[in-house]
Amino acid sequence: MAAIDQTQVKEGVDQETVDAVREVGGKYKYGWETEIEMEYAPKGLTPDIVRLISEKNEEPEWMTEWRLEAYQRWLTKEEPDWAMLDYPEVDFQDQYYYARPKSMEEKPKSLDEVDPKLLATYEKLGIPLKEQMILAGVEGAEDAPAEGRKVAVDAVFDSVSVGTTFQKELKEAGVIFCSISEAIREHPELVKKYLGSVVPVSDNFYATLNSAVFSDGSFVYVPPGVRCPMELSTYFRINAENTGQFERTLIIADKGSYVSYLEGCTAPQRDTSQLHAAVVEIIIEEDAEVKYSTVQNWYPGDENGKGGIYNFVTKRADCRGDRSKIMWTQVETGSAVTWKYPSCVLRGNDSQGEFYSIAITNNHQQADTGTKMIHLGKNSKSRIVSKGISAGVAQNTYRGLVSMHPKAKNSRNYTQCDSLLIGDKCGAHTVPYIEVKNNSSRVEHEATTSKVDDEQMFYCRQRGMDEEEAVALIVNGFAKEVLQALPMEFAMEAQQLVAISLEGSVG
Amino acid sequence: MAALAKKQEATAARLAEMAVPSGGQWITEAREAALARVKGMGLPERRDEYWKFTRPDTLVQSEVAEAATFETGEAPLFDEIERLKVVFVDGVFDAAQSDDLSAEGLVIERLQDVAGADIHWAKDLYGKLELKGQDPVQRPLAALNTAFASDGLVIHVTGKVSKPVNLIYKHAETSSDAILHHVIKLDAGAELTVLENGPAAARFNKVMEVDVADGAAFHHVRAQGRDHERRAVTHIFGRLGTESVFKSFTLTVNGRLTRNEAVLELTGDDAVAHVAGACLGDGDFHHDDTVFVTHDALNCESRQVFKKVLRNGAVGVFQGKILVKPGAQKTDGYQISQSLLLDEDSQFLAKPELEIYADDVACSHGSTSGAIDEDALFYLRARGVPKDIATDLLVMSFVAEAVDEIESETLKDSVLARLEGWLERRRD
Repeated sequence: MAAIDQTQVKEGVDQETVDAVREVGGKYKYGWETEIEMEYAPKGLTPDIVRLISEKNEEPEWMTEWRLEAYQRWLTKEEPDWAMLDYPEVDFQDQYYYARPKSMEEKPKSLDEVDPKLLATYEKLGIPLKEQMILAGVEGAEDAPAEGRKVAVDAVFDSVSVGTTFQKELKEAGVIFCSISEAIREHPELVKKYLGSVVPVSDNFYATLNSAVFSDGSFVYVPPGVRCPMELSTYFRINAENTGQFERTLIIADKGSYVSYLEGCTAPQRDTSQLHAAVVEIIIEEDAEVKYSTVQNWYPGDENGKGGIYNFVTKRADCRGDRSKIMWTQVETGSAVTWKYPSCVLRGNDSQGEFYSIAITNNHQQADTGTKMIHLGKNSKSRIVSKGISAGVAQNTYRGLVSMHPKAKNSRNYTQCDSLLIGDKCGAHTVPYIEVKNNSSRVEHEATTSKVDDEQMFYCRQRGMDEEEAVALIVNGFAKEVLQALPMEFAMEAQQLVAISLEGSVG
Repeated sequence: MAALAKKQEATAARLAEMAVPSGGQWITEAREAALARVKGMGLPERRDEYWKFTRPDTLVQSEVAEAATFETGEAPLFDEIERLKVVFVDGVFDAAQSDDLSAEGLVIERLQDVAGADIHWAKDLYGKLELKGQDPVQRPLAALNTAFASDGLVIHVTGKVSKPVNLIYKHAETSSDAILHHVIKLDAGAELTVLENGPAAARFNKVMEVDVADGAAFHHVRAQGRDHERRAVTHIFGRLGTESVFKSFTLTVNGRLTRNEAVLELTGDDAVAHVAGACLGDGDFHHDDTVFVTHDALNCESRQVFKKVLRNGAVGVFQGKILVKPGAQKTDGYQISQSLLLDEDSQFLAKPELEIYADDVACSHGSTSGAIDEDALFYLRARGVPKDIATDLLVMSFVAEAVDEIESETLKDSVLARLEGWLERRRD
């Protein structure tokens, strides 16, 4: 974090903000490695590797075929180069596509049988896999009182799911929460119906790659009318060297259901870059609601830009039913390169999509992230709030699409993206696409602190605040609102971020 | 890469149909270099990112789609203003209809005459600003223009010119295909207003390169012809010196396809660049404003103000960009693009972009799209204003912010009168 320490910060930027960014992007706390005996598939990607992954997961024939088809499609695809990202070419044949701890060879029947080393790894990360009342993010969680909140965790270590907690209790509520490999074996009818229905196999280069080689991930099915009794969470850990992690998450919220899902991720500190290409698909039926929150904290590389995770992620939610609702919240602090656009397809009438994002880049990090709001249903609503903070020599880009289909009458979008530069060597960019194809919809896009709500401004000024003070107050309040959209479990990270104000920001 | 090779092949085939005009050594070099550029990048295709919202095929293909001339009975715009008239008919200079080109404070020459010379000051500008504007985004149609333009004006402004120079583009043939290239050089402290109007041709490709030296001021007001079926692609490349001013406003009320690109580079401290546009589209109308402003000096100001009123399936496009280079501190960049969709069929497509590498800047952009404000309409109707007139009033107030960018009150008034006339004709 030398970069920030030496940086002359321009007037109007809070010292508190600078400290907060330093704290967040500071020394990487999760850079250690677990020494554990691993089993690898040979390096490189061939149909045999795809078959091997499928075999290791004990998948049925149809799944193997699905993967092989994806592999063939992948061969015809070109890596996208439109993002404002600059990184050395990735050699896709110089990667391990499958790595699992030796001890996982025999599937443990319960959490008690899981290798203690793995449990210790997650313990160290602050993700207890013991089934107990926990209140994550707070020290001494293990001693938390019985009325503490419950969070069910699916822990993914390199290519395999280590274990999923609270499965029994969830089952009683009718909720299925397990690893995707388990779901393929146990619930093939659901997987067959929904897998690839939101992010098709040939969607984009990375999604196609993922379709061919995804090794594990989480599966959630919430039956009609069920409010999931606890938060669901997946924790991804990359441990092995030169190994790509390709996880696949499939969430189905049936009619009138509700689920809140959290995702966290870390990786050891290494000189070489590692690949992470995930796909998340969410299906939301009538009146259902899904809240998806991410704190992405992959290893960002060192101060000189050496190492770090290349994060190429395709996330999409399909609001199929009327009045369905999706809310994406993301805090992006890690990764050397981020390429990520959690999107909402608002197909149902009165459906609703929300996207709240805070992306912090420091040193040599690069992030090109944003969202797509595709309005197809009548009276659909969407809201985008994006805050990009750039320090060191980092580049931070918001890239988004708001599309109003001719049939999406009376729809509404509001977009606000602010960015803040700390130091004069970094960059902040905004690339919004707006496509309005009917006139009853309203689309508003703004990116500036001076466009704070006039009424609030007037109220503050009337009570004797000067303009700058008033703007600071309103904007600060606003940033908090975004952070409060995060569930309790991310409270610790969020607290640090609250200190970030966007005074002196540029649109 | 296969895609580029294919594109280059198609471009080579298309260019083989065209002949680079002959001229002196300096211009031949400039044209050959531009030709090599076009061949290298290939002519735009539908899949190109920069042509995402506008189909370039009719601007590129061999055959020109026919466009009938259209008479409104209205006196041409700027007729009442004292000016120096330069007339082009289907892209060819017409001396008989034009005024005497000599005036105080400026030297106007024809590109054709200048091109014959072995050497000319225009060597340093012709195709040079266009070349600069090819990075970071390619503009092959501008390079095409540099390579093939045989007519246009070369203007050297040495002092403050009181009378505006009015370029009038007349359209006579139904399938005319015109390419014009103007070069304007303003010396330090010089001032010039350029007015442009008229449909020009069935297909029109125009490039204007403007070099604004320290302390100079360039004003540009343009009305793009009334012919319903014309297609046009225009580029303005501007380079701004210290404390210079560049202001451009464009009014477009008709035309099947219009793509106006403005590429401005602020290279001297305290420079000011404003680009504005108002367009009223009805029916088969596609209008694209593509603006790229580069801040490469301290304390400069730039504004992009675009208003589009669309109905009966008209399409409005805005692609704007502010690029603030490292070190361009104290930049004040503003960008607004708004559309008023008067019915269900019209479309507004926008990409307002910012790319910022300096921390002490204030850049903002806004973009909105929506229908007419029902409350405002109700207010007016409650006070006895008929619906169509109330709508027109609201349309006028909507475009006012863009028209206000015109500095001269006389010019502003004539543009407003033209707008009102257009609305009135459409009222019945």
